[in-house]
Amino acid sequence: MTERASEKFTASEEIDLSPAPGARGAKGDVVLEVSGLDVTFPSADGPVRAVRGVDYRLHRGEVLGIVGESGSGKSVTSMAVMRLLPGTAQVKGSVRFDGKDLLTLSEAEMTRIRGSRIAMIFQDPMTSLNPVYTVGAQIAEAVRAHHDVSRQVAMDRAVELLDRVRIPNAKDRANSYPHELSGGMRQRVVIAIAMANDPDVIIADEPTTALDVTVQAQILEALAAAQDVTGAAMVLITHDLGVIAGQADRVMVMYAGKPVEVGTAEEVFYTPRMPYTLGLLGSLPRLDRPSERLTPIPGSPPSVVNMPPGCPFGPRCPKHTERCDESEPELRATTGAGHLAACHYAETLEGQEAADVFDSEVADHEALAGLAAAEGAGTGRDGEARA
Amino acid sequence: MTTVEQGTRTLLSVRNVVKHFPIRSKGLVRRQIGAVQAVSDVSFDLAEGETLGLVGESGCGKSTTARVVLNLLPATSGEVLYKGRDLTKIGRGDMRALRRELQIVFQDPYASLDPRLPVNEIIAEPLRIHGLYREDGREQVRRLMQTVGLKPEHGNRYAHEFSGGQRQRIGIARALALRPKLLVLDEPVSALDVSIQAGVLNLLDELQTELGLSYLFVSHDLSVVRHIADRIAVMYLGSIVETGTAEELFAGPAHPYTQALISAIPLPDPRKERARERITVVGDLPSPADPPSGCRFRTRCPKFANELSDAERTRCVEEPPALVERGQGHPVSCHYAERRALL
Repeated sequence: MTERASEKFTASEEIDLSPAPGARGAKGDVVLEVSGLDVTFPSADGPVRAVRGVDYRLHRGEVLGIVGESGSGKSVTSMAVMRLLPGTAQVKGSVRFDGKDLLTLSEAEMTRIRGSRIAMIFQDPMTSLNPVYTVGAQIAEAVRAHHDVSRQVAMDRAVELLDRVRIPNAKDRANSYPHELSGGMRQRVVIAIAMANDPDVIIADEPTTALDVTVQAQILEALAAAQDVTGAAMVLITHDLGVIAGQADRVMVMYAGKPVEVGTAEEVFYTPRMPYTLGLLGSLPRLDRPSERLTPIPGSPPSVVNMPPGCPFGPRCPKHTERCDESEPELRATTGAGHLAACHYAETLEGQEAADVFDSEVADHEALAGLAAAEGAGTGRDGEARA
Repeated sequence: MTTVEQGTRTLLSVRNVVKHFPIRSKGLVRRQIGAVQAVSDVSFDLAEGETLGLVGESGCGKSTTARVVLNLLPATSGEVLYKGRDLTKIGRGDMRALRRELQIVFQDPYASLDPRLPVNEIIAEPLRIHGLYREDGREQVRRLMQTVGLKPEHGNRYAHEFSGGQRQRIGIARALALRPKLLVLDEPVSALDVSIQAGVLNLLDELQTELGLSYLFVSHDLSVVRHIADRIAVMYLGSIVETGTAEELFAGPAHPYTQALISAIPLPDPRKERARERITVVGDLPSPADPPSGCRFRTRCPKFANELSDAERTRCVEEPPALVERGQGHPVSCHYAERRALL
C-alpha cells in the first residue's frame, strides 16, 4: 500500500523528486538507528543530563511513538538526531542514517539531509513558518533548496502539496501569508513542507498539541496521508497516549531522559511491564468508560541534575525495594522478545491493573474532616446571621 | 431545562446571558463598528453539590461565560441568579461580600500566583481581605495546605519553588480559604502532566464530597469532564448546543458537533481507537464577530454537508435551532438531532 502510493506520487510528477534509485530499501529495513545517545547541557547547578542513553531502530514505513511527560527528554532526543541543539549541548552516541553517522557529518552535509531526507514538524506552526513570505513561496523554497528546478516548477509543486494536505483552493491559498491561516491550516502547510522532498524519515514533535481536538483529528489524518504518500518512516513525539494508541506501530515510553518501556502499541497499552507506564494509564480519565477513581502517580519526576544512583522512578514507585536504589535497571526483554522494560519487577505486573498497584488516596482525610467540621460551624453561624 | 434532583436546591441559575465585546474603528473617534458575540443567549442551572461541565473548543465562549457568572466581566444582557439574587444588578459592596462564596481557580498555576509572596501569604490573602484572618489564621492556613496535600512546613517557600501540580493545589487552597459554596474551575488541570492531573482531579472530587461544593468546571477536555461532571453543557461559537447528564450525553450524543467532538478524541486503547467510527468536521471556526445565520454550526456540520436535502438545509440556514428536548432524552439545538452511539 505504502509502496504503491509512493510510486503513484512520484509518477505523477513532471520531475523526479525522489532520492537516487537504490537509496530506498524495502519495508521493514532499518532507516534510522540511534544508539547510546546521550545529551548533557551545562548549567549553573551542574550538568543537566537531559538524555541518558537512548537506543532505537526505526524501520521503513513504521510509526514509532515516543511518549513521556514534560522533561522526559523526548524532544531533546529528536533535536539531537537532527543536530538542531545549541553548541553548548554535549551529544554522545551515534545516529546511523543511510550508512552514515549523522553526529559526525559536517554542517554542509547535514544541511543536505535535513529537510530532504529527514524532515521535521514542530509543535507551533507559527514559529516554524516565516511571517513575511507566502506559504506557497516557503514550500517552493523547501523544494528548491534540495532540487535544481525553476521557480515555476517549484511553485506548481507547492500548490500540489497544499492540495494533498487538503487545503481547499490550494492555488489561491498558496498566496496567503501564515497569519491569514488558522492554526490547523498552518500545521498543514508545515506538513506540506515536510513532504516536499519525499523524505525517508519524518520526525513530528507534538504536531497537534496546540490544536483543538476536531482540528487535531484532521491533522492526524493529514500526517497519516503524508506518511502514506512519501512512504517515510515516522517518529511521532507526543504526551498524548490517545494519539499514540491511534497512530503508532511501536511505542517508546521515556522517563527522566531514558526509555523505560518499548514494545508494540498493543503490548505497551494492554500489558505494560513498567510501573510508570501502568501509572500513566491509570492516571488518564477515560472517555469510553463511566467515571472511576483515578490512580495518580505520587510525587513528581526527578531533577536531571545530579541524579542519585538507582531507578529514577524509584521514589514514586509502589514496587520500590532496596534493590532499586542500588543500580539503575537496564532495559531488558520481558514477556515478548521486542517488549522491553527497565524494571526489576516487570514480571510482577502481569495481570495487574493500575488500581492494584497504585494508591488512589491523595487528600489528607484528617485535615479535610477538620476543614469540613470548621465549615459546618462556619455555615451554622452564617445561617444564623442571615436568618 | 435542567433536571434538578428532588431535595437539591438550585444554587446558580444563568438566564439568557449575552456578552458582546465591541469592535472599534481606528483613529480618534473609535466608533463601534461591530461586536464579537462571545456568549449568545446562554442559560443553565447549577444545583448545590453538583458539578456542571462546560466544554467546547477554543473561542466557544466557555471562559467568558465563567467570568460573567462571577461578575468579573459585566454581562451585556441576561441574568445570573445566585441564591435568587441577580449578580448582574448587584452593588459593588454586596458583590464583594458575595465573593466569599464564589471563588475561581485559574488555568495557569504559573501566572495566577504572586511570585513575591510566600505560599502562606498567598493562601492567607483572601482571609485578610475579608477581615477573617484572626488569631487562628496561621492554623487555618496550615489546615488548608494539609487539605490540598501540601506540607504545611513548606509555607515559607515561594510559588516558583513548587511544581505545576503543587502550584495548582496552592490555587485551590487559596480559593477554599473563604469556604466558598461555588468554585469556578477554569481549565484547572490543562497545564498539568497526566500523572499530576489525576491527583488534582481526585482532590477536587474529595473536596466536593467533604465540603459539599458546587463546581462550574470549564474545560476543553471531554475525558476530564466526563470524569468529574454530573451534567455537561457543550458550547459552540457562544451557544450551548447540547446538554444532559454525563451518562446521557456520552451514551447518546444527538448534536452533530457533540458527535464530532467525541469521535475526535483519541482513546488510549489501540484496538478500540483504530476501529472507531469517525465523524469529522470540515474547516475552521467562523468568526464570532460575524457568525453564520440560522444554525451556527452549519458551515462545518457533517450532517448539513452530507445527509440533508436542500429543503432541509434551508431550515438550518434560516431558523436558529432552539436548545430544547427533541425526543432525544435531553435538550439539543439541532433541527435534525439524532442520537448516535459512538463509544
